[in-house]
Amino acid sequence: MKMDLKGKTAIVTGASRGIGRATALALAKAGADIVINYNRSGEAAEEVKAEIEAAGSRALSVRADVSSYSDCEALASAAIDHFKRIDILINNAGITADNLLIRMKPDEWSSVIDTNLTGVYNCTRAVMRPLLKQKSGGRIINVASVSGIYGNTGQANYAAAKGGVIAFTKSLAKELGSRSITVNAVAPGFIETDMTGELTEQFREGVLSRIALGRLGRAEEVAEVILFLASSASYVTGQVIAVDGCLAL
Amino acid sequence: MSVDAKVKGIISDQLEVAVEKLSMETTFEDIDADSLDIVELVMALEEEFDLEISDQEIENIKTVGDVIKYIESQV
Repeated sequence: MKMDLKGKTAIVTGASRGIGRATALALAKAGADIVINYNRSGEAAEEVKAEIEAAGSRALSVRADVSSYSDCEALASAAIDHFKRIDILINNAGITADNLLIRMKPDEWSSVIDTNLTGVYNCTRAVMRPLLKQKSGGRIINVASVSGIYGNTGQANYAAAKGGVIAFTKSLAKELGSRSITVNAVAPGFIETDMTGELTEQFREGVLSRIALGRLGRAEEVAEVILFLASSASYVTGQVIAVDGCLAL
Repeated sequence: MSVDAKVKGIISDQLEVAVEKLSMETTFEDIDADSLDIVELVMALEEEFDLEISDQEIENIKTVGDVIKYIESQV
């Protein structure tokens, strides 16, 4: 299986922590130049950059709030200025603001939709022109969630956004297939990250009993699937791959 | 170079079709251009002639002649 990404440039949004960080490192290890996007965690982003450079790949860190279209345009421009091309986009940046709907405030709804769904539109739209102009295909991988497939109590906002990402993925795969640009999504289940670190012990216990593999996943295990979609997997597009240890929600 | 020749050159490049096959009456359907091809062509034209072509104007583009007439009216 070919996982060589030498000479390719990948933008990873939300790359300072969690799944984004693991993905940036995995793609770099395969030889890609990495644009590390972050919003608030500048220090952590610099650490990822240092780690990539220490391993002998090139990296650039760019602050951008994916919910802002102009920020995403600046992100794409920085990638082109620095590495001259964009081959892979990993739309990973995401937030949660969990609440039962009856208590969910309008800004808890809109902030999650703006970052998790509109953010995917913003970044993808911003790379579209350079990607098409290069005429050399491309890979877009969106990090969705099992919540977006099954729904999840307390996550109407998050699940709606991630379900939207899945529909976006399938539509864009149809639009861009003729240009050899594949568009896929991964749907992680419960992965050990800062995001799931907020879960209560009781909730964790309950969740574990519903995961066939009997444990939470690691960010690296999601990154491996993303790497597969970004490097080989040339005849896979418009798909959603659950990376959830066989979770029954 | 005339606008006519420049536009035909860009269409030929973008859509990989010989310049000799392009007349004013050639429709994009004739040369098997899909909607994404048209958008890519518009992107290239916008860059070459430093202008912005609105979605509505794109809708009105059916033939090579339409493109040439439009560009000529703008430059």
